[in-house]
Amino acid sequence: MSWVIGSGLTPYGRHDGCSTLDLMTQATDLALADAGLARGDIDGLICGYSTTLPHLMLSTVFAEHYGLHPRYAHAMQLGGATGFGLVMLAHLLVASGAAKRILVVGAENRMTGQSRDSAIQVLAQVGHPVYEVPLGATIPAYYGLVASRYMHEFGSTEVDFAELAVAMRRHAELHEGAQFRNPISVDDVLASRSIAAPLKMLDCCPVSDGGCAFVISAEPRGPCPVQITGAAQHHNAQHVSVLASLTNVGAGICAAQALDAAGRTLADVEHAAIYDSFTITLTILLEEIGLAPRGRAGTLAREGHFDRDGAMPLNMHGGLLSYGHCGVGGAMAHLAETHRQMTGRAGMRQARRAGVALLHGDGGVLSSHVSLVMEST
Amino acid sequence: MSMDATRDWAFGGDQLLYQKCRACHRIAYFHRNFCSACGDASPIILQSRGEGWVYARTLIQRAPSDEFRAIVPYCIVLVDIAEGFRVMGHAVPSLVIGDAVKCTITTVVGRPLPFFSALATASSSEDPHVT
Repeated sequence: MSWVIGSGLTPYGRHDGCSTLDLMTQATDLALADAGLARGDIDGLICGYSTTLPHLMLSTVFAEHYGLHPRYAHAMQLGGATGFGLVMLAHLLVASGAAKRILVVGAENRMTGQSRDSAIQVLAQVGHPVYEVPLGATIPAYYGLVASRYMHEFGSTEVDFAELAVAMRRHAELHEGAQFRNPISVDDVLASRSIAAPLKMLDCCPVSDGGCAFVISAEPRGPCPVQITGAAQHHNAQHVSVLASLTNVGAGICAAQALDAAGRTLADVEHAAIYDSFTITLTILLEEIGLAPRGRAGTLAREGHFDRDGAMPLNMHGGLLSYGHCGVGGAMAHLAETHRQMTGRAGMRQARRAGVALLHGDGGVLSSHVSLVMEST
Repeated sequence: MSMDATRDWAFGGDQLLYQKCRACHRIAYFHRNFCSACGDASPIILQSRGEGWVYARTLIQRAPSDEFRAIVPYCIVLVDIAEGFRVMGHAVPSLVIGDAVKCTITTVVGRPLPFFSALATASSSEDPHVT
C-alpha cells in the first residue's frame, strides 16, 4: 500500500525566466512543505522528462541540484501518461521496500522555453517518423482524426465537445493558479479559430510553464495522507494509424483493472480526474470508462453533472484545458487537486464527497493509459 | 512477387506498398523485415491498388512549420485500404468519412506522399466500416 502524503502545484501559465529545474524546485518545495518533510527525509526520486531540458539523466540532475541523495532514482518517458505512470511506479516501489518516501516531480517551461512552432513540432514526434510526421501532421491533427470518427460513430457534436471546455473553464475560475480563468460560452468555443477540424482553439489545451510534485510514502504519516488503493496500465499501438479502433482505446479496461485492484467498482467512485488534452480526449475517456454514456458527456457537462455540486465532480482545478498543460506536470495537477479535495482543503472548489476517486491519464494519441484509485483514510 | 521496399513512397518511391507474412498471413503497413505478429523473418512486400474508404478526416489550419503553412488548409485522412491496412495521407478536402477513395502518390511540399481523391466508381463500392 502507498499514500500520497504531500502535494505541491505551482500556478500554470507563463513563468518568464524559470527553467525546468527552477519549476521542479518550486513544486518540490511546496510538496515537502505540504508533507511536513525536509530534503533528508526523501529516499527515492522519480521524475518525468522535459522537452526544454532533454537530458539522459534528469532524475539525478535534479537530485544533485536540489540536494537529494536517493536510494532509488528514475526518469520516465510515457508522454501524457507519465504523471500517473510515475505515481504508479512510486506506489509499487514503496510496496517493494525499495524506498520509503519517494518524491515524484514533473515540471517544464514548455511555454516560454521554446518557440510555439518548436513545441508543436516536438510534440508531433509521438507520430510515426516515416509514415505520419512527414505529412505535416500535428498532435491536434491526430486528435482531429479521432474526433471525426467519434462523431461519426456516436453522434457527438462540436457543441458537445464545447460543453466540456466550458465546464473546465467554469472550474478554473475558482482556482487562482489556473492559466485561463475568464468565463467562456459554448458560442465562444464554436467561434474560436479552427486548428484541426473539428477541433478549434478552445477544444485544445494550452502550452504552459509549471510544475507539480508529490511525496508518496509507505506509511500514512503527516497531516494529509490519501491512500492509493489501485493502479493499472494499458498500452495500445503507439501510432494512430495502427490503432485498431479510434473509439475503443483501452481506457475502459485500464480503469476497470485499477478499480478491481482496489476492490472497488465504478459505482463506488465519487470524484473523477480525467486527462483532457482536448475536449475529444475527455469525451472518449469519460465515455469509454463509463463515467458518461456514449455520446452523452457534453450533455452531462451542460447539466452540471461534473460540477462541484454535481453527481461526479471532475477536474475541479480546470483540467489541462484551463488550468494548463506543462507536459509531465499536466496530469499531475489533476492528482494535486484530487489530493486537496480528498483532504477537505479545496476551499471554494470543495466537493461534498470525495472519498473514492478515479484518475486516468493517456499518452501519445490514446496510446498509453494509466488509471489510479485513491481513497481518503 | 515481392516488391523492392525502396519503391515505397515512404522511402522516396512512387508506390503504396504493404507486407504480408508468409507464415501467419498478417498484413502490415509500416515496413519491417519481420512479421510483428509471429516473428517470421521474410514477409512478402506487395503493391496495393490504393483503393479504400475514408475512416477519419481532419482539416489542418494550424501547420507545424513554414513549409506546411504555405499550403493550409490541408486535409489529412486515415483510409482503410481494401487489402486490409490503414494509411494516413493527404486528401481532397471535400471527402467525408465513408467515401470510397483511391490513392495516388503525389509530391506535396517537395516529398512524395499518399494523396486520396474520390474513386470514380464509388457507386460499386461499400464501406465495411459504416455503422
